[in-house]
Amino acid sequence: MQTSPIIRAQLVRTFFEEVAEHIATLETSLLELERAPSDAELLGKLFRAAHSIKGGARIVGMADVGRFTHLVESLLDQMRQGHLVPTPPHIDLLLRATDRIDAMVRAAAGSTPTPWPAELEAELAAIVHTAEAPTRGARPTLVPVVSFERSYHIRFVPTRDALRAGVDPLALLRQLGRRTVIERIEPELAALPPLGDLDPRASYLGWQLDVRTALDAEAILAMFQPAAACGIVEVTPATAAAATPSAAPRAQQVGDGGSIRVSVEKADTLVNLVGELVIHQAMVSDLVRNFSQDRLARLAEAVAGMERSTRELQERVLAIRMVPVGAVLHRVPRIVRDLAASLGKQVELELYGDDTELDKSMVEQLADPLMHLVRNAVDHGIELPDVRRVAGKTAHGRLRIAASHQGGNITIEVRDDGRGLDAAKIRQKAIASGLISADDELSDAATFKLILRPGFSTAEAVTDVSGRGVGLDVVKRNIEALHGSIEITSEPGAGACFQLTLPLTLAILDGMSLRIADSAFVLPLATIVESIRVRPGQLRRVLGKGELLDIRGESLPLIRLHRLFEIAGAIEDPTRGLVVIVEHDRRRVGLLVDEITGQPQVVIKSLERHYRKVDGLMGATILGDGHVTLILDVPGLIRRGHGLGGAPEGARHAS
Amino acid sequence: MPAEPEQYLTFVLGDEEYAIDISNVQEIKGYSAITTIPNAPAYVRGVMNLRGTVIPVVDLRARFGMPVKDYTKFTVIIIVTIADRIYGLVVDAVSDVLNLAGADLEPPPELGDALDTSFMTGIARNGDRLITVLQVDRALGIAGSSVS
Repeated sequence: MQTSPIIRAQLVRTFFEEVAEHIATLETSLLELERAPSDAELLGKLFRAAHSIKGGARIVGMADVGRFTHLVESLLDQMRQGHLVPTPPHIDLLLRATDRIDAMVRAAAGSTPTPWPAELEAELAAIVHTAEAPTRGARPTLVPVVSFERSYHIRFVPTRDALRAGVDPLALLRQLGRRTVIERIEPELAALPPLGDLDPRASYLGWQLDVRTALDAEAILAMFQPAAACGIVEVTPATAAAATPSAAPRAQQVGDGGSIRVSVEKADTLVNLVGELVIHQAMVSDLVRNFSQDRLARLAEAVAGMERSTRELQERVLAIRMVPVGAVLHRVPRIVRDLAASLGKQVELELYGDDTELDKSMVEQLADPLMHLVRNAVDHGIELPDVRRVAGKTAHGRLRIAASHQGGNITIEVRDDGRGLDAAKIRQKAIASGLISADDELSDAATFKLILRPGFSTAEAVTDVSGRGVGLDVVKRNIEALHGSIEITSEPGAGACFQLTLPLTLAILDGMSLRIADSAFVLPLATIVESIRVRPGQLRRVLGKGELLDIRGESLPLIRLHRLFEIAGAIEDPTRGLVVIVEHDRRRVGLLVDEITGQPQVVIKSLERHYRKVDGLMGATILGDGHVTLILDVPGLIRRGHGLGGAPEGARHAS
Repeated sequence: MPAEPEQYLTFVLGDEEYAIDISNVQEIKGYSAITTIPNAPAYVRGVMNLRGTVIPVVDLRARFGMPVKDYTKFTVIIIVTIADRIYGLVVDAVSDVLNLAGADLEPPPELGDALDTSFMTGIARNGDRLITVLQVDRALGIAGSSVS
C-alpha cells in the first residue's frame, strides 16, 4: 500500500516524537529495574515500550530499527515471562541496545544509515537463546520459538503443470503464512494469457513475498514440495540495501521546532475562549457601527470583556508551551550511573520536582548546562569511596537535583555532598590567570563565581582531577541566554550547590517602557532596582572609568543611553533626566533616560530572526500602537558599564 | 535553467529604474512606522512590524549612496524574502512587472574600482529603457552577516 507523502511525513514526525518518549521510558525503567529486578510492572512497561518502537519503526519503513528492536523486545519478553532474571550485565546490555536504537533512529532521520549493530545483535541473541534452552525441551518442538528473525525475499513461480502434479500454491502460501510472518506479497501476472486462451487447469501465476522468520533459508525451501512441480523457488536473505527505507525521512522533519501534544481538554478550553472573544468582538463592532453617546457604557463593558478573554487566552496559550522539567531530568540517572561507574564512585541520586513546568523551548535549552553541572558534580565534587570514608562521610555520595517554582521563576538546584569548592585555591588560580589582581578583595560567593569565567579551569585548581577542562563558562553563557542566573554556595568538605534561576518563559516579559528623546525602549522589570533623580553632588567623573554615581555609599557606573545609542535631542543633564538602576549578577549600573512611560507586559520578538543581534538589545516587541519597540539587554549593558567586555560576542571569541 | 523568461519587479529610485527577481517579492506595502535600530549601518533604517513579525527595513537610496528622501505616505516598501528571512526595501515607487529572458540581460559594465557592481546581475534593455537588475541578497548588504 502506498501512503501519500504528506501522511507519511506526519507518520514519521509522530514516530520520532513517540520514539523519544519510548526510549526515555526504556532508559528510566531499566535503571529502576536494576533495583527491582523482578518488578512485573516495570518489565511490562519495558516490553511495551520496545514493542511500540518496533511497530512504529516498521510503519515508517525503518526495517533495521524494527528488526533490532525486536531482539530487545524478545529479551524483555523472556524476562517478563519469568524465563530470565535480569542481572546487571543484562541491564547494561539493554541500556547499550537502547542507545543503539536511539542512534539508529537518529541516523535514519539524518539519512545516513548506521552500520547494523552485529555485535550487540549477537550478544542479545545469545542471551535470548540461552533463556530459551530450558523451555525448549518442555515444549513440543513443532512450535517454532521465534527468537532471532531474519527477512527473506521469496520468489515462487510454480510450473505450468503444477496443479496437475498435485501442488496447491494457495495451500503452500497459507502454510508459509503460518510458519513465517509475511510482510508483503505481490502476484506476478505477466504469464497470464488473455481469457480466451486460458487453460483452467494450468497455473500461470507467480508470487513475490517478503517474510520474516526464525527459520533458515533451507527450512523455507523445504516447505515447497514436491520440488519438481513447484517450479521456481528462490529464497534470498533480504539485503541491507533492500531493508533500508527507500525514502529516508530527512533530518529537518525531526528538528524543525518539534511539536507539542495538547490534551483535548486544553484545546476545548481554548476553543471556548476564542468563542467568547469572537462574541465580545462582535459586540464591539456592532456598538461602534451604531454608536451614540448613550451606548458608551455598554461599549466600555464590551471592551473590558474582550480584554478579559484576551488575557485569559494569552495565559492558556502560554500554558500550552509549558512542559514538566522532568523531560530533562530523566536523562540524569543514566548519566550519573555511567559516570559514577567509570570513575569508581558511588552516587545516590535524588530528584525532586520533576513535574515543575516551564516553557518547552527552555526545557530543551536547559538540558546541556544541567547535564554539565551534573557531570561536574560527579566528576569533581563527589569523592572516591575511600576518600569519603577517611573524611568520615558515607562511602556513597549524594547528588540532589531539585526543581521548584519561585514567583515567576523556576529554580533548579544541583547539590552534592562532595569536597566542595576551595575559595583559597580558586583565588590563587584566578590571580595566576589574571582574572583578578592580588589585592582584590572578594567575598566567598564572588570568589566561587570566578569558576564561571572563561579561561578558568577548575579541573586542576580545585579538585586536582586532571584531564578535561570543565568549561563552566559555557554553562553560564547558556543560562544567561535563557535570561537566567547562577548562584554558587559551598562548604569546604561538605559539598557545593549550584542554583539556577530562570524565568518560566522566554516569550513574555514584564517590562517598563521608557523614552529617550523620541525613541522608546523597554526594560525587563525584573532587572530594575529603583529609579531616582540624581542630585548634582552624586555624580563623579573618574579617569578611565567614566561617570560614577554615588548612591548611598555605593558607586555605580552611569550609562548614558542616548550616547550609547546615538540618539539626538535627549536630556543630557543627569540631574534633569531620570536614572534607572538595574541589576544583574549582583552588579548594578545606572541608565540615564528622559522619562518612564509605563509598565507594559510585552511579547518578546526576535531581532535576530530577520536581522541580527544588536549590542545592548535583547530583542524587540510590538506595543499597543503597532510600533516596534526595542528591549534593552541589561546583562550586556552591565558588562559594558563595568568594562567587562562591552565588545560584541564575536570579538571576544576571536581573542 | 529553463530558457523561458523570468519575471522581474521594477521600481524607481530617483531617475533610475531597477529590477529584482519577482520570486523574492512577498508583497508591497505602503509606508509604516519604522523604529530606528541603534548603531546600525545608515542604510538600515530600522525595523518595522509586519503583522507581528519584526523585520529590518533597508533604504535602497541610502544603500546606493543617493540622497535620502523624507518618507511620505507615497513611499513604498517592497517586502522581500531571501533564504527564509524577510526584509523591507524602501523605494521611491514600484513601476512594473517585466518578463526578461537571459538573452535580454547584459553583464554589468566593468567600471573598475570606481563603482561596486557586485550587487548587480546585469543591465536589461527594455525598449529604450535601461534597467539595472539587482541581485537582491547582495544589494541588501545585510544578508549573510546576519548571525554573528
